[in-house]
Amino acid sequence: MSRLAVSKTYKLYIGGKFVRSESGRAMERLDKQGRFIANSCHASRKDLRDAVKAARNAFDDWRGRTPYNRAQVLYRAAEMLEARYSEFESLLSREAGLGRDAARTEVQAAVDRLVYYCGWADKFGALFGSVNPVSAAYFDFSVPEPMGVVGVVADEGTALIGLVSQVAPVIVSGNACVAVASDKYPLTALEFGEVLATSDLPGGVVNLLTGQKAELVPHMARHMDVNAMDYRDEALDREVIELGTENLKRLRLSQKRPRAWWLSEKAQGPEQIEAFVEIKTVWHPIGV
Amino acid sequence: MARPSLASLLSPGAFDRPVDQVGADERAAKFTKRSIKASAKEQGLRMVVAMTDLTTLEGKDSQGKVRQMCAKAVRPDPNDPTVPSVAAVCVYPALVKTAKQALVGSGVSVASVATSFPSGQTALDERVEEVERAVADGADEIDMVINRRAFMQGAYETVYEEIVAVKRSCGGAHLKTILETGELETYDNVRRASHIAMEAGSDFIKTSTGKVTPAATMPVTLVMLEAIREHYMDTGRRVGMKPAGGIRAAKLALHYLVMVKETLGDDWLTPRLFRFGASTLLNDVLMQLAKQRTGNYQSGDYFTLD
Amino acid sequence: MSKTKQASGAVRAGNGRPDLAFGAKWEYAPAPESRKLVKIEKEYGHFIGGKFVKPAKGGYFDTIDPSTEERLARVAKGTKEDVDKAVRAARGAFEKHWSKTSPKERGKALYRIARLVQERSRELAVLESIDGGKPIRESRDIDVPLVAQHFFYYAGWADKLAYAFPGRSVRALGVAGQIVPWNFPLLMAAWKIAPALATGNTVVLKPAETTPLTALLLAQIIQDADLPPGVVNIVTGDGSTGAALVSHQGIDKIAFTGSTEVGKLIQRSAKTRHLTLELGGKAANIVFEDAPLDQAVEGIVDAIYFNQGHVCCAGSRLLVQESVHDEVVRKLEHRIQSLRVGDPLDKNTDVGAINSKMQLDKICELVECGVSEGAVLHKGRQPLPSKGYFFPPSYFTGVAQSHRIAQEEIFGPVLSVMTFRTPAEAIEKANNTPYGLSAGVWTDKGSKIFKMLGELRAGVVWANTFNRFDPASPFGGYKESGYGREGGKHGLAPYLEVV
Repeated sequence: MSRLAVSKTYKLYIGGKFVRSESGRAMERLDKQGRFIANSCHASRKDLRDAVKAARNAFDDWRGRTPYNRAQVLYRAAEMLEARYSEFESLLSREAGLGRDAARTEVQAAVDRLVYYCGWADKFGALFGSVNPVSAAYFDFSVPEPMGVVGVVADEGTALIGLVSQVAPVIVSGNACVAVASDKYPLTALEFGEVLATSDLPGGVVNLLTGQKAELVPHMARHMDVNAMDYRDEALDREVIELGTENLKRLRLSQKRPRAWWLSEKAQGPEQIEAFVEIKTVWHPIGV
Repeated sequence: MARPSLASLLSPGAFDRPVDQVGADERAAKFTKRSIKASAKEQGLRMVVAMTDLTTLEGKDSQGKVRQMCAKAVRPDPNDPTVPSVAAVCVYPALVKTAKQALVGSGVSVASVATSFPSGQTALDERVEEVERAVADGADEIDMVINRRAFMQGAYETVYEEIVAVKRSCGGAHLKTILETGELETYDNVRRASHIAMEAGSDFIKTSTGKVTPAATMPVTLVMLEAIREHYMDTGRRVGMKPAGGIRAAKLALHYLVMVKETLGDDWLTPRLFRFGASTLLNDVLMQLAKQRTGNYQSGDYFTLD
Repeated sequence: MSKTKQASGAVRAGNGRPDLAFGAKWEYAPAPESRKLVKIEKEYGHFIGGKFVKPAKGGYFDTIDPSTEERLARVAKGTKEDVDKAVRAARGAFEKHWSKTSPKERGKALYRIARLVQERSRELAVLESIDGGKPIRESRDIDVPLVAQHFFYYAGWADKLAYAFPGRSVRALGVAGQIVPWNFPLLMAAWKIAPALATGNTVVLKPAETTPLTALLLAQIIQDADLPPGVVNIVTGDGSTGAALVSHQGIDKIAFTGSTEVGKLIQRSAKTRHLTLELGGKAANIVFEDAPLDQAVEGIVDAIYFNQGHVCCAGSRLLVQESVHDEVVRKLEHRIQSLRVGDPLDKNTDVGAINSKMQLDKICELVECGVSEGAVLHKGRQPLPSKGYFFPPSYFTGVAQSHRIAQEEIFGPVLSVMTFRTPAEAIEKANNTPYGLSAGVWTDKGSKIFKMLGELRAGVVWANTFNRFDPASPFGGYKESGYGREGGKHGLAPYLEVV
């Protein structure tokens, strides 16, 4: 018998650490042919609670980082993703059943998307901010600020590009994030967690949970310390609105998009960042 | 009198409390929104007359001019004997004797600007001597200028010591200390100078000589009234306030009274603690009073120019 | 009530310390603005399709003058049928007229409204004070001028939208349903209508139940301005009318200003996902020991007694550094005594009538709660009119963060005073609330201001000032104070979508 490969255990990514679900639950991941790939953790609501706590703890440090620093961290993530190119290619083909070309296209698009948002870190403030010419002796300006902890529910139809396209604009402005991976493609999401873990991203800024969205999303929506949510699957819209209103979450709900849309440049833009910032206006008198 | 220690000047909340310019300007503007009508207007206008220091400070001032002004001071409106006399006339030291004679028995005080008015740029002993002479000639009140040279140089102790020296030379005369706020420029300076002047024993603090623009403004007066309030709350001593220069309209004078009433309360609504340094203001007030009485808008031809 | 202390007034402090007397030495004579300036109809219908129309089914309700408790007029109570008619009119006007009107012409229509508001400003101010109870000094000098300025400001944006969204192209959403509160009835209507029209939307506006009259006068102005019929529709009514508007299928956008409670109902029930919610607040006003204290006290007064405290962004929690607490409270005590409470139409009134009996009851209930929780109430001694709804300017000292009066919006002229020791503690206390609409900071130190304003979780931070508004300045909340911005460039986006 040839050498037995040492296969990877895929764990949740919470607070910068890879941990098993506190519930001890796991799910078997099989490829299209029904062959076993790996087990993935089946996160519970307590894992979600821990992830939100980790995100809240990370928020102050992350939003306090300089824009240049946040940009470099995102760039570093792009570098690490590019460097692990072949792993992702193989995982996308095994888990998502993508052909070689399609897998390559998706990894490349994900790398480029990280680079795209990295470039916004020290610019979006100039775009969304303003000096307001008020008609009185005051200096008045508005600046964008991160909202806090943002819950991201990854696109269900893609393994990598949806998740990356949703997480990057959320964290580039200084938000911390709890992301729930696609039900179908948890392994790729957790593999992306390993990219983030080696990108100088402070622990807790991005937390990744895998499991069942139907189970986790309502708990995310009702969590009082989650400030906003990005949810694009439509299926749970009513529930997200009903529960998310309890603390007046900013809810970004939109229609489902096909994979081609996510891969295209339509999926990126400053409005994706703008959706998760607050505008703060400041007044100060001008005098001697 | 006992000299307070300099340390007491430096207690936070007085000497160094900052003033926000825009906030002070906005607060002062609010007083002008008060609508003073009917009985309140009548009463207010009479108060303005009784609080006026009728002033002439020109190089060509003469005995004739001063005598005529004194007549006006005693009986501002010959057509309306109910109008009170003004509080004081304010003249140069050389004309104190003339004014004193003209006002004998009238109850109107003689105030004199001294201390090398308006610049104050002579040696202290010269200024003290000038004060002593004016007091000897019969001045009831001395309007001195602070040493702005020392103030600008940061020599606050000098400013303070000089006021103390002048106050000593005033004897029984009241001391009004002119800050010349137009030169001080910032409200922080105005507040600081106010506290120095009050701590040094001034009976009144006064905005301006009238020789520098801007002279009295409502926000500058407000900052000084607030300093007076602070001083009173800290020491129990009531210091008076005299805005001077630039107050020409009766309506504006009423706005000043509103400001006094709402900043320092009823106790300061008296000529003992509030004065207007003015000359042309008086006739505008008299015209408004006549309008209240007759219902007709008035002409300058019917009011004496002395 | 043993803990209740009357403000000291002309009484000298018992301990022999000097005090000021704000008495009756020179009493201002009454200076009432004339009511004759406005003609109030006996009965008002809805304004739909450019005409005043009778309600389809529902009857009428009374709008009263809160300073006299007398009925001013009967106003149509909007039902589903009225709302539907208004939405159809707005849809028709959007499709037939407004979406085909060039941006330049849209702008000119708004300029016209601004001018007409200026021309009828006195009438609008008097009517606003009669219907809502706010002092004429404020409706005349603040509300109505800002209304005109708001229309004037957004008029100019109409043909310049491309510059607000570089690299993106935008389009109007369609029909905007707008619900405004009773505290700034006309100003909030302007905040809603002006950006909606400038961006090319048409409008169905529902004024508050207790203050519908100035919006109906604005409808006349809109008629005079010759806007296409149906571009602005106004349906009066109560909460059920608002609910009918929110749940109408034909609405593309909801803009709401009001309570957090109702805001949540709207987020849950709205058919559209385009929402702007401007909700409640419990703003901290932080005074450091190095602040310009006299101006800070004036700012405290502006923060809590402006518009009887019926202000969502009111600085209702005063956080004062312990070292200057006594001095600040003393100055506040003095300042309150020269606030004049009474007839809203008297030009010298500073604090007018509480908007409604219901609101007065709510204020009284929370005040009683504050007393029973152990805070010390200092109630203004101003004589109150015998008729009408009034509450004197008041404040509580000895308030703790855990008291209800430190947590809940009183929405009246009642301040809660608390102390802090360090900047970190001030930030922690200021942010310790589900709300995040506004905050104030008073200090003379520049770098401290910037540090504080970076840490405060609030949509508007006033540094060394409070309650300043300008159409060019974006306004809106964090957290449960709502979302979306009104005013400035940022006020355009909520009425547009990127295509």
